[in-house]
This record gives sequence, structure tokens and C-alpha cells, in this order.
Amino acid sequence: MNDSVLKTLTVSFVVCLFCSLIVSFAAVSLRDAQNLNKLNDQRIKILKTAAIYNPEESIESQFVRLTPKFVDFSNGLLLDEFEDLDLTTYDPVYFSKQADYSTPVPADLDIAIVKNKENIGKIYLLKDFNNNLEKIILPIRGYGLWGTLYGYIAIDKDLNTIRGLEFYEHKETPGLGAEVDNPKWKALWDGKKIYKDGVIEIAVIKGKVDKSNKMADYQVDGLSGATLTSRGVTNMLAFWFSESGYQETLSKINYDS
Amino acid sequence: MLEHYLSIFITTVFIENIALSVFLGMCTFIAISKKIDAAFGLGVAVIAVCLITVPLNNFIFNTILKDGALAWAGLPDVNLQFVGLISYIGVIAAAVQILEMFLDRFVPALYNALGVFLPLITVNCAILGATLFMVEKDLKFGESVVYGLGAGVGWAMAIVVLAGIREKLKYSDIPDGLQGLGVTFLIVGLMSFGFMSFGGISL
Amino acid sequence: MTVKQYKEVLTKPLLDENPITLQILGICSALAVTSNLSVTLVMCVALTSVVSFSNLFISLIRNYIPSSVRIIVQMTIIASLVIVVDELLKAYDYETSKKLSVFVGLIITNCIVMGRAEAFAMKEKPFISFIDGLGNGLGYSVILIAVAIVRELFGAGTLMGYEILPLVSNGGWYPANNLLLLPPSSFILIGLMIWGIRAYKTDQIEANEFKLSKHATAPDLTKRELNA
Repeated sequence: MNDSVLKTLTVSFVVCLFCSLIVSFAAVSLRDAQNLNKLNDQRIKILKTAAIYNPEESIESQFVRLTPKFVDFSNGLLLDEFEDLDLTTYDPVYFSKQADYSTPVPADLDIAIVKNKENIGKIYLLKDFNNNLEKIILPIRGYGLWGTLYGYIAIDKDLNTIRGLEFYEHKETPGLGAEVDNPKWKALWDGKKIYKDGVIEIAVIKGKVDKSNKMADYQVDGLSGATLTSRGVTNMLAFWFSESGYQETLSKINYDS
Repeated sequence: MLEHYLSIFITTVFIENIALSVFLGMCTFIAISKKIDAAFGLGVAVIAVCLITVPLNNFIFNTILKDGALAWAGLPDVNLQFVGLISYIGVIAAAVQILEMFLDRFVPALYNALGVFLPLITVNCAILGATLFMVEKDLKFGESVVYGLGAGVGWAMAIVVLAGIREKLKYSDIPDGLQGLGVTFLIVGLMSFGFMSFGGISL
Repeated sequence: MTVKQYKEVLTKPLLDENPITLQILGICSALAVTSNLSVTLVMCVALTSVVSFSNLFISLIRNYIPSSVRIIVQMTIIASLVIVVDELLKAYDYETSKKLSVFVGLIITNCIVMGRAEAFAMKEKPFISFIDGLGNGLGYSVILIAVAIVRELFGAGTLMGYEILPLVSNGGWYPANNLLLLPPSSFILIGLMIWGIRAYKTDQIEANEFKLSKHATAPDLTKRELNA
């Protein structure tokens, strides 16, 4: 009797109805929590890059110290609004994949293999309690060994000293390239300089940095066994601090203050 | 343009081989690799199903499920991504069923050759995996065709190679406990270490 | 059903009929998610709950499922459960769900779930099916956890993220075995584990299809014959 057409249809219908109810209920009732998680995940990384993250305090209240700004890559200006984009939710990585909002990077300039770059970037300004600029947090990305590394870099108000580096997504080899997440290695970046007489000199070198070298301020220890990841990080910084990246923006910030 | 498609294909077959680099479809990979003939038949079936379902799922994702994809129907705020899994597996099950009936009717020779393997494919995670990775990589329709083909070819190549090695193994004196399943695991481990050397090639 | 039978259904899949090392079911995820013990534990909980509840629900309606749409009805139930688990993870354990990425979704095609639904839940009563799901989920978990402990402890010197063996790179004494952090190493580990289990449970040994014949009078290596 189970195989009559009517019975087949009824059973299928009831099962589908029941399952769709459960699935929709779960999806709808959990959506807010999920979106909050997604948002906080990014925010925690940004706070960590700025070195002001405190797990005991609410993320919301810590994040108010950071002011987001749009960056117009065509002229380097910082903007508070751009067309109808929403500054709080704007995601540069998402928009770098939208044809109307991005430009392909010419192959000879694309040292970090980002392929498409968003026309409008988004950076964060960290101000101290007297409302003076303290640090700037810039999103960066570039190709390592297995895939693109996505992260944030914090630079000091002198616009030349690195204050922190965090990656929030990468596919590097565990134990080798994935050591970009090692707190000890990340701590090496604090105090390193980017430009020397206007030229980008910051690099991850092979082996340990020789402290007596006069370039030591511009060099970071390489990740042992992960030459390609190290080179990827160097290229990434070289790209994002060049004219194709934030160089013009940084010079304008300098000018403003 | 052709270069772009070729690079997706090569990347999928070698660098991100669906069996030996992301380890999908392992159950059938290990269970049906005793004989080259059977492995080859299954490989061809997987290529066919991947080539059909990945683009089909790409179409469904881009026109119905994606955030804002229903704008053409006047519903720009609807995001149906949470029913993705169930739609993809439905498409796969249906595609396998239809392919089976089609082959039975029009290409009986191929049907007899593939017959036993076709139903197995619905639960082969290489197929669902290829679709999920396609969604994660946000591929366009044309790219998804190439990706589906590459995923299938990569898997088929890996299982044929493994079957070849296992056929040769019958001449080896293997300890009792390792016989069969155990030694196959060790071989697949070594093969996928070998495939890791493709890492770092960026096309 | 006596208590003894329940116990047997629960404990048999742990070693005697282990889904991974004997039935060749559910291997894919065993490889990709075992580099870190805490991620592995979440995966095990997810799989065990999906297989138990899918067995329970399928067994509840087993007498009403028409055989022509059997597979797709099972798939629908399993897929719905997986989606619920996936949504729950995204809401309450976002970090882990990011690391598991597509592997939660792939529970749908995890042959353990489908295999138990087809082989057990379609025939037996709901409660015992639930226990069977639980047992198979645990059998899967036992292997995964064992692999994860070896990989995380000897590959990274930590367990659940806590430092056990201080690494040389962090100023300790243990040089990490990076090979274990690479996914293919879990094949080798499972292969060796199968060897271990079969050395103890000799009835699981597979018969050799081709036995090498004994040497005749003189050990003439050029004339080895196969005894097919």
C-alpha cells in the first residue's frame, strides 16, 4: 500500500513541510546571533591589531574608540560618506569582487596578486581620549603559498612605524606558514619602520634579523620553512603601502594634521 | 580568457585535487579501488555527474539562493542561503536519477558499464564538496563548468592511479593486520604527501 | 529488547564494528578536521547528534516511507538536521564553525549517517535506532579523537590549545613534528591504527587474495609463483 501515488505524494509533502518548518525556524531565530558573531569576529581582530582589545569588556563599547573612514583610492582622500554606501557595514573585500565598484590591478603592479582592487577602501582611526590621532588601522591582503591572506595592520601617528599586524583568514601550512598567527612572531612587528626616505623598505627577510645592521628597523625575522609565505607578506606590504595602495592617503593624513 | 579557464582547470585537477588535497569522496575512493576497470568506470561516472551538477547548482545559487539574487522576482531583500545544502543535495540526487534513466534508455552499453556505480554517487561527498567549494569561491557560471569538469577529472585520475598501485600490491608480502584497508590508507597518505608538492604553484 | 541488547548495540561500533576502521564509512571528515582537538570534538558532537536523531526520525516514520522515494526522504531528513546543526554552530560557536567550513555541510554525505539509516533505522524500532546512531557516532568519535590527540600533541605540542610539550620555537625543549599537522598524516595514523586493532581483533583481518607460495626445495627467487 505504501507505493500508491497518493501515499507517495502525501508522505513527501508532509516530510517536506515538517523539515522546511524546522529549518526555517532555526535559520530565522538564529540569524541575529549569527550576524552579530560575524561582525564581532572582524571587530575583535581590528581591536587586537590596534592593541586595545580587552576580552572582559563588551566589544561594542571598545569599538567606539575607532572611527571608520572611506578611502577614495583615486585621489587618496578620506571621506565620511560615499554615494549610498553604509560606512558601518561596508566590506572592502566584498566590494573588490563587484565589477561596478572595483578595478583590475595591472599585472605589472600586482605584486601581491590581489587581482581586483576596490575603488573605495575603508580604514579605522584610533583616537586617544583627547581626540588626537593615535593609530591608523588598514586592511591588507595578498597571496601567500596556498591562498590569499587577509589581515589588518596598525601604524603609528608618525605614519611610518608599524604598531601591530593580525591576519584573520589564511590557508597557509599549519606549523610553517600558519605561524603568521604566532603571537611571538606578530610581536616582532611592533616598532618596525615602513618607508626610508620615501622608499618602502619593510621586508620579511630570510633567517634572523641582525640587530647591528642599520636596516634592522626595516626587517622582520623570516618564518622558518615558509619562504613563500614570508615573501607573500613582504609583497603584500609593498603593494598596500605603494601608490596602488594607501601611500597617497597617508600623505594626505600627514598634510591634514 | 581561455588562459583563465585553463588555469582553473589545472588548479582543480592538480593543486587542489579533490581526492588527494581536500580528501573528499574518500569512502568510495578506498572501497572501489581494488581493480582498475571498476575504478575507471566510477571515475567516468563522477566526471559526468560533477560536470552536470556543479554548473546546475551554480545557476540555482546565483539566481535563487544568493543574498539579493531574487531581485528579478521583486524580492531584493531575501537571502535563502540557509536552504543551500538541501537544494544542492536535491539537485545531485535528481541529476543522478535522471542520468541513470537517460543512459538506460539511450546508451545502454554505458549504462551497463556504469550501472552499479551511479546510485553510489549521490552519497559521494566529492560531488557535494565540489558544489560547496564552488559556492565558497563564488565562481561565475562559465568558471563553474570548468571547475566541475576539473574536480571530476582530478578525482577520477586519483582513483585510477590508486587502483593501479593496489593491483601491483598483490605481489607484495604485507603483514596480516595491514592487509587490504590498512595498507591502502598508508598508500593514500603517501600519495597525498606527493600531491602537496604542487602547493605553491600559483597560476 | 533487554538492557543487554541495548548495551550491545551501543558498544559494538566502538571497536568490533567500527565505522571507520572496518566499515569504511565517513572517512573524509576524519582527515580534514583532526589537526586540532577542540575542533575535532565539536565535529564529533555534530556528527553523533545528526546520526542519532536521523536514525530516530527515520525509524519513527519507517512504516510510512514509500520505497520509491526512500532515499530522497532520508536525504531530506538528514539534510534538515545538518542545516539545523550548522546554523546552531554559526550562532553559538562561530570560531569553530569557521574552521570546520564546508565539513559540517558534508555530514549530509557522510556515509555513516546514510548507511545507518538504510541498514538499521529502516528496520528497527525508534529507541534502539537512536542508540545505534549514538553507538556509531561514538565509534567514529573514538577514532577521530585518537587521531586528533596524536596530531595536536606531537605536531603542535598542545592539547585543546593548552601547552603540554613546550616547543623549541617558544623557548621549550620539544621540536615539533610538523609533518603531523599536514592532513595526509592522518591517513598514515589511521592505517597504523587499523593495524593495531587487527593485531588484537584477528577476526577483522582481510583474507589475502593472492598468497605467496612457499619456496620449493631450493630458495629460487626467480621462480616465485602465485597461487591465485
